[in-house]
Amino acid sequence: MSLDITNQPDASEPAPVTAREAPPAVYAIAAMIVLLLVWEGFVRFGKVSPLLLPAPSGIFAAIVEHFTLLLRMSVVTASEFLLGFGLAIVVGLPLGALIVFARPIRLAVYPLLVAFQTIPKAAVAPIFVVWLGAGMTSKVLIAFAISFFPIVIDTVIGLRSAQPETIYLVRSMGASALKVFWFVRFPAALPAIFGGLKVASTLAVVGAIVGEFVSADRGLGYLVLVANGELNTRLVFACVVMLTVLGTAFYGLIEVLEKLVVRQHVSARHQEGLGNDH
Amino acid sequence: MQIDTQPSLVDDARAPVAPFVRLERVDKAFTSKGARLKAVDNVTLDILPGEFVSIVGPSGCGKSTLMMMVSGLISASAGRIEIRGNDITAPFTDVGIIFQRDALLEWRTILDNVMLQIDVRGLSRRDYEPKARALLKQVGLAGFEDFHPWELSGGMRQRVSMCRALVHDPALLLMDEPFGALDALTREQMNLDLQHIWLQQRKTVLFITHSIWEAIFLADRVIVMSPRPGRIATEIRIDLPRPRKLAIRETAIFGDYTAQVRQQFQAFGLLVEH
Repeated sequence: MSLDITNQPDASEPAPVTAREAPPAVYAIAAMIVLLLVWEGFVRFGKVSPLLLPAPSGIFAAIVEHFTLLLRMSVVTASEFLLGFGLAIVVGLPLGALIVFARPIRLAVYPLLVAFQTIPKAAVAPIFVVWLGAGMTSKVLIAFAISFFPIVIDTVIGLRSAQPETIYLVRSMGASALKVFWFVRFPAALPAIFGGLKVASTLAVVGAIVGEFVSADRGLGYLVLVANGELNTRLVFACVVMLTVLGTAFYGLIEVLEKLVVRQHVSARHQEGLGNDH
Repeated sequence: MQIDTQPSLVDDARAPVAPFVRLERVDKAFTSKGARLKAVDNVTLDILPGEFVSIVGPSGCGKSTLMMMVSGLISASAGRIEIRGNDITAPFTDVGIIFQRDALLEWRTILDNVMLQIDVRGLSRRDYEPKARALLKQVGLAGFEDFHPWELSGGMRQRVSMCRALVHDPALLLMDEPFGALDALTREQMNLDLQHIWLQQRKTVLFITHSIWEAIFLADRVIVMSPRPGRIATEIRIDLPRPRKLAIRETAIFGDYTAQVRQQFQAFGLLVEH
């Protein structure tokens, strides 16, 4: 049989990189260094009160000085948002699946869910504290409440994303509903689910902080309030830096997981087929 | 050109063969916005074992719906569908289906896309993997086993879906506009490839297409369907020796077949010439 395959993709050959182009990370790091230098210069030479805006060097000194305290508070806050996020997954994924596969639940729950989402969670956070006390539980639940909606919605979108032909095809192989789910619907849903997880991860951090702002005796949000009350702006900024590091690490962890699980999807989105005939 | 020496089952009236697929007064109606819409109307059709039947018809004439009913993936509103004498009330699984969209799973490699057929059926991967590799090689995709679908062109992807439809050696092939999304050149190649595979395996094939020449080129019998509601308007037996070469399209007899189908379309008020 004669077949013409003129466009053989060659995986052994990496994409050509022009010699003078620096690796992508260099640009981001350079920009950050410039920003920090400008900031430092602005505070030093502009005679800005450190009460209003501490210099980066001052913030760094504060981090070093209070490192043990910051670390302890970080563990508290991280536990809160991780537990809240975990709960959001445990509730959000099955709920999304139920909305897709069980019509009565879809009709009953979906409007409620949307109504619930429109409630500003920060406004009801004090009620959570009244109900559950000032301990960790209220923070976990606020983090959960604020982060589970995108997980549900993206699970629904993802589980509906498989092409009808694909599902017909697998059914023609004698697949049960469970097998259709396992072989097609679930893997097809993973990119959307990870999109939801990423959004939810940042929201969970916000939820934990909101909870600590309302009432707490530990955590980075609590420390922000205390330091602010003492006019210790450097420590406030140190807390913000810690939160940023935590949030970035958390987000990065999910991205790593995504790359491991849905590597193919991600590359599919970024890469066009080489087709000469489509 | 090698002449098909096997006596055609279709032509041999003295030895009646039980049809592989039998459709008896099959209707399909959909309800859309409160209105009942008839897609397929009173279709009666027998397909013999090993026969290649093309269905050609205008868009929306219900030919895809007809194929889906044969597969058992959607049910008929009225009438009976039998395969090997058994009523079809659930998906028929001794089948390979090829759609216009290749429906490859982007997260599986090329080999694993072919092996999906084996995995879903719970068959032994060890038994079928050599077959999957051989099929891929046969359609010119040797060396692409570990690639992912997004690395392949449309024609290559459709070849993978053809391998997936054949790897478990089904008795029936259902093809719904399989080459409809391909460019003309790739399409002709795929027609040749399909003919080659069919000559080796002699599976029963129901092939849905818009293309008049493609329907004639591949089939033992061409069924022309009317615009909606789809009825069988006419049936043309194609007596051309196999393997057929592309040049057969330029022969007078091929032109006659084409003319018959075209005239039927024009009788429907399609293909208006100004």
